Amino acid sequence: MSVLRRYWFGASVVVALGITALFALWLSPPDAEQGDVVRLLYLHVPTIWIAFLGFFVTAVASVLWLVPRTRRTEWDLLAGASAEVGVVFTGITLVVGSIWGRPTWGTYWVWDARLTSTAILFFLYLGYLALRRTGSTAEERGKRCAIAALIAFADVPIVHLSVTWWQTLHQSGTVFNPNNNVQIHGSMAFTLVWAVAAFTLFYVYLVMRRLQLAELEEGLEERELELAIAERQRVEQMVGV
Amino acid sequence: MSFLREALLVAGKDLRIERRSRVALAQILPFGGIVVVMFAFALDADRTSLPAAAPGLFWTAVFLAAVLAIGRSFAVEEANRARDGLRLSGLDGGAIFVGKALAIAVELFLLEVVLGAAVIALYGVTVSGALVLVCAALAATVGLAATGTVYGVLATGLRARDTLVPLLVLPAVTPVLLGGSRAFAAALEGSSSDAWPWVQLLVAFSVLSLAAGTMAFGPLLEES
Repeated sequence: MSVLRRYWFGASVVVALGITALFALWLSPPDAEQGDVVRLLYLHVPTIWIAFLGFFVTAVASVLWLVPRTRRTEWDLLAGASAEVGVVFTGITLVVGSIWGRPTWGTYWVWDARLTSTAILFFLYLGYLALRRTGSTAEERGKRCAIAALIAFADVPIVHLSVTWWQTLHQSGTVFNPNNNVQIHGSMAFTLVWAVAAFTLFYVYLVMRRLQLAELEEGLEERELELAIAERQRVEQMVGV
Repeated sequence: MSFLREALLVAGKDLRIERRSRVALAQILPFGGIVVVMFAFALDADRTSLPAAAPGLFWTAVFLAAVLAIGRSFAVEEANRARDGLRLSGLDGGAIFVGKALAIAVELFLLEVVLGAAVIALYGVTVSGALVLVCAALAATVGLAATGTVYGVLATGLRARDTLVPLLVLPAVTPVLLGGSRAFAAALEGSSSDAWPWVQLLVAFSVLSLAAGTMAFGPLLEES
């Protein structure tokens, strides 16, 4: 993508996020039960959506890397870029959720199934990113990371199931019950849908930029190697002469 | 040579190394012991909170010791470039995985017996539902060892291996910690029927991680 088109894409993401803020903070009404606190959900819902989307893309890219016919370095880099964005947004989700929970539930954290499995998800993918950062050749890193990403992805439903059981078997009634059947106001629904769409664009933009950076990093290593070889040859020629 | 014989061969090798070097016995087991004692300090060892928390504390101690056992299992392959020997041995990748996981599982199970006795004595736990306890422990141990072995080979040969393995393994085995702790708690409360669903979860987790490891181990060992 050319610099100019990237610039326009970035600008439209900023506009879309700006409109989200406008609707979320001013144009949508406060919730009947939660009041203004509900506005946090216009951030909370898109961020967790981005996190899941990010991890899903990581899993798909890892599969594409593992299949010999579709193996390209780009898939490995995409898996890493998407996971990075996913981890950041999982972190934001947890923080925003806690801030929302304080006025709504009276506490920053409850050991609810969804919260707990999101926290585990965060650590699972932090581990994946840590694995990515360990220096080894691109080919070797690709295989390790692709397999690690798939194991992490397969682990998520099992973690969620176990945490759900943990809660349903040992704690009566979750805090979510009172608000489950709340009717959603028209402009609130629009704000939420818009927010999810705007954040999805934001995700695409972030992954694209991260991917570009990763490709430059890869290129840098190659260029440094070429420079070192050229230097070595020059020295050898001089010594030879 | 059949798959099973190859696996037993690898497991026998690892267990023989542990029997002779006594690292598991002289370091990992005492480590588990001190963790059990530390929990009593941390929770102010009165007789009400410790028995209630005992199942979770027991499994946490086992998990921490397991991280050491997994690290040890792959440190052994690092020395004298033993990994190259393993790669050149012509053994099936999946069989090597099962063998290494089996060796870790045997070590951990013995550790659990000793730590279990320590928890019963030190935390004042009354045992009930022995059958479900043993089944849960076996299933949890296999799941823990299998997942640990996958991540162990994943991190082989990396400089930051020792610090990476715990970060990778511990979040991934959350279902085992939950399942083990809840099954034990239910069994000790005398309601074994509540414990069996957890045992099923543990068995399912073990089967899945064994299957994943058998598939992934060969390619990973070749690369490392």
